[in-house]
Amino acid sequence: MANLPILLDYWPSMFGMRARVALREKGVEFEYREEDFSNKSPLLLQSNPIHKKIPVLVHNGKPVCESLNVVQYVDEAWPEKNPFFPSDPYERAQARFWADFVDKKFTDAQFKVWGKKGEEQEAGKKEFIEAVKILESELGDKPYFGGDSFGYVDISLITFSSWFQAYEKFGNFSIESESPKLIAWAKRCMEKESVSKSLPDSEKIVAYAAEYRKNNL
Amino acid sequence: MEEKKSKVTLHGTWISPYSKRVEIALKLKGILYEYVEEDLQNKSESLIQQNPVHKKIPLLVHDGKPVAESLVILEYIDETWTNSPRFFPEDPYERAQVRFWVSYINQQVFEVTGQIMFQEGEAQAKSVEEARKRIKVLDEGLEKHFPNKNIRENDDVGLLEIIIIATFGVHKAHREAIGVEIISPVNTPTLYNWIERLQDLSVVKKVEVPHDKLVNFIQNYRQKCLQQAANA
Repeated sequence: MANLPILLDYWPSMFGMRARVALREKGVEFEYREEDFSNKSPLLLQSNPIHKKIPVLVHNGKPVCESLNVVQYVDEAWPEKNPFFPSDPYERAQARFWADFVDKKFTDAQFKVWGKKGEEQEAGKKEFIEAVKILESELGDKPYFGGDSFGYVDISLITFSSWFQAYEKFGNFSIESESPKLIAWAKRCMEKESVSKSLPDSEKIVAYAAEYRKNNL
Repeated sequence: MEEKKSKVTLHGTWISPYSKRVEIALKLKGILYEYVEEDLQNKSESLIQQNPVHKKIPLLVHDGKPVAESLVILEYIDETWTNSPRFFPEDPYERAQVRFWVSYINQQVFEVTGQIMFQEGEAQAKSVEEARKRIKVLDEGLEKHFPNKNIRENDDVGLLEIIIIATFGVHKAHREAIGVEIISPVNTPTLYNWIERLQDLSVVKKVEVPHDKLVNFIQNYRQKCLQQAANA
């Protein structure tokens, strides 16, 4: 009898959410474990001794760390259902490029928008809007970044949508006015159960961000 | 069935480790390519047009289709030219291990080793200490997760080995140019050993930059960086 894969996670983390979406897309049953960062579990410290971060997927006793690594691992370990990548190598390269873009340009910028204030936040807002416009241009008129199917780039980006309300509130701007197509895409993705089940309510995220700002800024 | 002839172009620079990675990968697969040396102060129209998002090297263009970002390029090469060596193992967990360590080098290690070039005095000493810690983690990781590694021929070389040789192959030149040692047979025996053996491969020798040219470049570049920092 095989044990369920275990996902070590933290509810507001967009990186953790990527792993949740990936597992649900594949219809994989898993055990979700919430980590307390002030008291990290022995399993987390043992499984990711180098970074001590979530998400970590422990499958057959072996840990996989780093969110995009986890997503790719899930795709390769459960290849039969809902592949995250197209089969053509060039299109696969494009998917990897854009997920890398999200990690390189989008993640830093979005943190500055909700987690900083003053000049740093303003700079973050500029970078964020620039990144969002580039992403929207890449999406074009496709239903998903993956084309007709929800795929790797969609998974890498959609989890940030749970934070959109927080960005707008603390950054004082409207994402929809900057990139309506992206908002439409996010709504489309939320219609998928794998996504809606994996992302927390925006209001909870706003409250979380507010608490962080109160304690840190 | 006649094989269609591919046109492969690589835009790179002779000094960039990211560019080196791709050159090594192409040579390992026996892929013929046109190399375009870019001047980063005066990038070609071709580069900017085909990599509009980042405008960076390396850029691979295969039959008119551009692929950017070194790791993306390497994976693309492996999936398009499926002859040996394969850059990734078959097993998903082992693939995840390779990705983890490549990512560790690319982010955690580069983050600090990159600083050392631009710093001096106490700031540099701090960066060196942190770099040594992180390289030690890498060394131990290689020992633990890839024990008894064979590196005798091209077939033994995968993504992690390519990244290691392209990134750290120049460590002796850096030591000479900057006077800082981070990789050594005593402190990082596994990593040192991998590098020595990778350097013996003819495919690596083909892309090697002459030692003195490298030392000279690093010294001049460092002087420029320090001057810039002083004037800032």
